[in-house]
Amino acid sequence: MAVNPKKHEMPTQAPQVRAHNFQEVALGYPVEIAVEEAKRCLNCKNKPCVNGCPVNINIPDFITQIKQSNFEEAYRIINQSSSLPAVCGRVCPQETQCESQCTLHVRAKMDPVGIGRLERFVADWHNAHANEKAQAPTPNGHKVAVVGAGPSGLTCAGDLAKKGYKVTIYEALHTAGGVLVYGIPEFRLPKSIVAKEVDTLKELGVDVETNVIIGKTLTIDELFEMGFEAVFVGSGAGLPNFMNIPGEAYKGVYSANEFLTRSNLMKAYKDDPQTPIMKGGKVAVVGGGNVAMDAARTALRLGAEKVYIVYRRSMEELPARREEVEHAEEEGIDFRLLCNPIEILGYNNPDDPRDPKNGFVTGIRCVKMELGEPDASGRRRPVAVPGSEFDLDVDTVVMSIGTSPNPLIKSTTKGLEVNKWGGIIVNEDGLTSREHVYAGGDAVTGAATVISAMGAGKVAAKAIDEALSGK
Amino acid sequence: MYKIVRKRVLNPTVTQIEVDAPLVARKAKPGQFIILRVDEEGERIPLTVAGTNPEEGTVKVIFQVVGATTEILNHKEAGDYLQDFAGPLGLATHTGGIKNVCVVGGGAGCAIAMPVAEEFHRLGAKVTSIIGFRNKDLLILEDEFKACSDQLIVMTDDGSYGRHGNVTVPLKEMLEAGEQYDMIITIGPLIMMKFVVAAAKPFGVPVTASMNPIMIDGTGMCGGCRITLIQDGKRVTKFACVDGPDFNGYEIDFDEAMSRGRMYAAYERHAYEEACNLFKDA
Repeated sequence: MAVNPKKHEMPTQAPQVRAHNFQEVALGYPVEIAVEEAKRCLNCKNKPCVNGCPVNINIPDFITQIKQSNFEEAYRIINQSSSLPAVCGRVCPQETQCESQCTLHVRAKMDPVGIGRLERFVADWHNAHANEKAQAPTPNGHKVAVVGAGPSGLTCAGDLAKKGYKVTIYEALHTAGGVLVYGIPEFRLPKSIVAKEVDTLKELGVDVETNVIIGKTLTIDELFEMGFEAVFVGSGAGLPNFMNIPGEAYKGVYSANEFLTRSNLMKAYKDDPQTPIMKGGKVAVVGGGNVAMDAARTALRLGAEKVYIVYRRSMEELPARREEVEHAEEEGIDFRLLCNPIEILGYNNPDDPRDPKNGFVTGIRCVKMELGEPDASGRRRPVAVPGSEFDLDVDTVVMSIGTSPNPLIKSTTKGLEVNKWGGIIVNEDGLTSREHVYAGGDAVTGAATVISAMGAGKVAAKAIDEALSGK
Repeated sequence: MYKIVRKRVLNPTVTQIEVDAPLVARKAKPGQFIILRVDEEGERIPLTVAGTNPEEGTVKVIFQVVGATTEILNHKEAGDYLQDFAGPLGLATHTGGIKNVCVVGGGAGCAIAMPVAEEFHRLGAKVTSIIGFRNKDLLILEDEFKACSDQLIVMTDDGSYGRHGNVTVPLKEMLEAGEQYDMIITIGPLIMMKFVVAAAKPFGVPVTASMNPIMIDGTGMCGGCRITLIQDGKRVTKFACVDGPDFNGYEIDFDEAMSRGRMYAAYERHAYEEACNLFKDA
């Protein structure tokens, strides 16, 4: 039977409906479609897709199980490599990872197998049908501390717990999940899914201590004094970057971290929230990454009448996942490409210093850009077009131009070396300059993807196991 | 969950609670703050540590009822629990090399100024405290300040207690009389701190101001607490949660901080009224 050249479409909420609610956009494959999509897999011998996966999930094996409707077995195979399948199936950039290596795509120039959609299907099926609790393995007597309950920390903790390590995760915020709960919005990754994955880790015997800020409440040295034999630092993204242009202190200018944290973690998207957020009006989101897409689409769902993405390069260089960009376009987000903000404009009534509108954002002044010679990153450098300044009238500006690693741990841990951007320096095993201290995720790389953080957590878990099991 | 061990009403709108939080109690230093949430749907609010009892494992915080969250918090009693209590956050007040200090507190800011004055007293510095309130009914912590100050001056705006006037009046008098402070530390409303800086400027005395901007995570993630310092003519963004909350008073753009502090004023007024109605019904 000939292979269907097209990937099965993902059922989604209609754009005009979903633009006004926070429910999940992509609805997931039904069973029949999942089996049909699985049948597109050639089960090729050299498995190029596995190398494209940062955590090396045995992709053809789990897809083979879907073909045979053995969904629980498919889950078991994924779970050997990934502690967070329902998360990865939703937020991984598969088109640049596993799916980009798919033989159907590379050799036959067809759509690749929908690996991400199948992974999500399997994880959702498991969550809906499996009622057995995860079994905690026999303890091996070793204790490991994990700093930060985000993707890298959860992965590292999960892998070690499965090997019998007693793992305690210390989380600074009041809820476990890191960027999965404060950053990625409900419509892309429901919080109940993250909570479920965290519960699975707890069933494996992992302790999660919230409200503990490592570097402040406890130091890394104290963790060793408490009997932990190794520490994994996955403290995540830190201080948001701003552009250092005039007007960034006006009321209505947010970092993407703040805007998304207010909406997601603090539930400001609900009616009558205790945590306020600016809703409605016109919004400009500056940046072109996944976080920028999340912020823009959140603003829309909060009731904005108009949302712009302002990005200084062209669509080709825009780093967000294609699917997120397409969803954003369908929902009516206005992409202003090759535009760069040079000033944020605000209201100042010279006659009345008590005017309540004083100090609020009224607009953003941009300059048009054109692409020049390639820069160090290989991308063509955007150059301002002289005399092309123009203003967009907006009430809210969200700066989504990256973050620098969290400063709290490096400032309180002697001997922990960081690079000039503040990222913790690690070797290929995730080992830092301090003995038995490992690190991974955004704390090392600066802002990157969930799956690369998970990959780093996995590498470190393996190295920690090798270092401690010989003891 | 974190138990409220003791509660003490300091004045009609200012309350002190002591909360069972042993890890925070072991670490917190004067000038640092904690973040708490009253309940599962609650806001994260920063409150400065007003004292600790490491043996008992408790942390003292003092809050003024200014909005919905503090109104709800004020209805909690000893024996009740708070959802979250995390810290200590921020940098401790710098005390090294300071032998003669003037602590200038205003209103509820005196709750933060008091442990700072106590710390300098404990370290053997000469402590002058100037504390100001709108009127006699709002006066708090007079005995505590007396116990740790070599000299205490209480000011009220309406003259109903202590001296009549604001805190800059005695500060200027003492500076003009030749008092040589190593440092003035000011904690209170932004407008008061701005005027303390202006009063000290002609005398070249260093001023540290404790900032209390809007915050969410408090751990250096969201950037909401940013303030602008003017250093060598350049505008520099700093984050109160990790770089502060204490900053060089001469560098702070107070006008900008005042404007940013009012970002949610309309929303907060509405939420506060809602919260008050909630308790009226009950």
